[in-house]
Amino acid sequence: MNPNGSPRTGLSQADRKGLIKDADRLLTGPARRLFLGRGLTLGGLAMLTGCSVTDSKTAESLLMAVSRFNDRVQAWLFDPKQLAPTYPESMITRPFPFNAFYGIERVPLVDAAGFRLKVGGRVQQPGSWTLEQLASLPQQQQITRHICVEGWSAIGQWGGVAFAHFLDRVGADLTSKYVGFKCADDYYESIDMPTALHPQTLLTLSFEGRTLPRPYGFPMKLRMPTKLGYKNPKHIVEIFVTNDYPGGYWEDQGYNWFGGS
Amino acid sequence: MTTASASSPTRLAPTEVVQPLWVRVTHWLNALGAILMVLSGWRIYNASPIFGFRFPESITLGGWLAGALQWHFAAMWLLAVNGIAYLALNAVTGRARRRFLPLLPRQFVADLGAALHGHLSHDDPARYNAVQKAAYVGATALLVLMVLSGLVLWKSVQFPVLRTLLGGYESARVVHFLAMCALVVFFVVHVVMVVRVPRTLRTMLIGH
Repeated sequence: MNPNGSPRTGLSQADRKGLIKDADRLLTGPARRLFLGRGLTLGGLAMLTGCSVTDSKTAESLLMAVSRFNDRVQAWLFDPKQLAPTYPESMITRPFPFNAFYGIERVPLVDAAGFRLKVGGRVQQPGSWTLEQLASLPQQQQITRHICVEGWSAIGQWGGVAFAHFLDRVGADLTSKYVGFKCADDYYESIDMPTALHPQTLLTLSFEGRTLPRPYGFPMKLRMPTKLGYKNPKHIVEIFVTNDYPGGYWEDQGYNWFGGS
Repeated sequence: MTTASASSPTRLAPTEVVQPLWVRVTHWLNALGAILMVLSGWRIYNASPIFGFRFPESITLGGWLAGALQWHFAAMWLLAVNGIAYLALNAVTGRARRRFLPLLPRQFVADLGAALHGHLSHDDPARYNAVQKAAYVGATALLVLMVLSGLVLWKSVQFPVLRTLLGGYESARVVHFLAMCALVVFFVVHVVMVVRVPRTLRTMLIGH
């Protein structure tokens, strides 16, 4: 779930001036600032169109608008009954790759005994859940393909609670637009309600039949084979239902929000 | 239709339209769309190379993966919508049949041999030789394959039949990449030929 993001450096002097001049506009949001700083190959743009940095920003906002349009197209294409392919155990990728926006040595350590999953927002029963309570809900298994936005994919086996069942248990308002997630590693994510209710969307507590290992998201990960890897939050500590767009860690830097496959 | 009849054996008068406006417009929009797709695609490839090499980042578009993806998923609309318009207009006007048919294997082999010996004439821009016909039909087919394999990569769950036809997600990645390679080869040969026969550039710019 880590889109490989080495920032591009090497702006020309003119580009730098242009960027500084527009700094106050850029400072209106961290997302825009990050995206502009990292998101443009000014050389590539200049090569194609010979245009200045001002035109590059026009191109950037146009690209963002198309990305929002692509969110709507993907929501329209999304078939809530269409299942992602499943695979036999023999096809599981071993070792399953670790991926995050940090190295494996920085994987958060969550104390299982003291852990409480916070549930809030547009739900009838806000509150907190222990891991034992979650484990006592009906569990399912799936062997599906995790597709990373970088292009690679890997097949893994996850087990846990059907997320639609969980949302039902907490009395979520299913007409809400978004389900948001906050994570122990400061990752944050949000998804559309139809995907949250998809039969293969699992609040996973296990991986290959054992307690979800730390590198793969202990204490829990939302597994959606209908979405790219970065949409699948790990180390979840809070789930909330909302109509206010919560964004996401990578999306706020320019990655597509729907991120569906 | 203002195109001169392809069956006419005589050389065209200079003012006769060889490439009608819709062909010129869709050609250049396609060129722009395909170049944007390939350059941003190289940057996306670099994020997780299938083979043991990366494209030099200075010749890619997008700056980092998110930027490249934004270019790719914007330019795809240009490429696809323009491509559909091109195919539809070809069908409606009958141009495809007149310009690309018949495409005979024997004639292709003969023309290819002549081309390799530098004997193939491009004197009449209103008529494609068999090598040109094969190249243009082939490039069109490659673009269709790129769009279809791209759909599987973008939405592999939502297009199960297409995914199965292309051998699954990972196989579609390879198909998408190899079709790109073939398209780049076409592009290079195409540009070299235009340099050798500049008259064709004129017909694609002003029509005659």
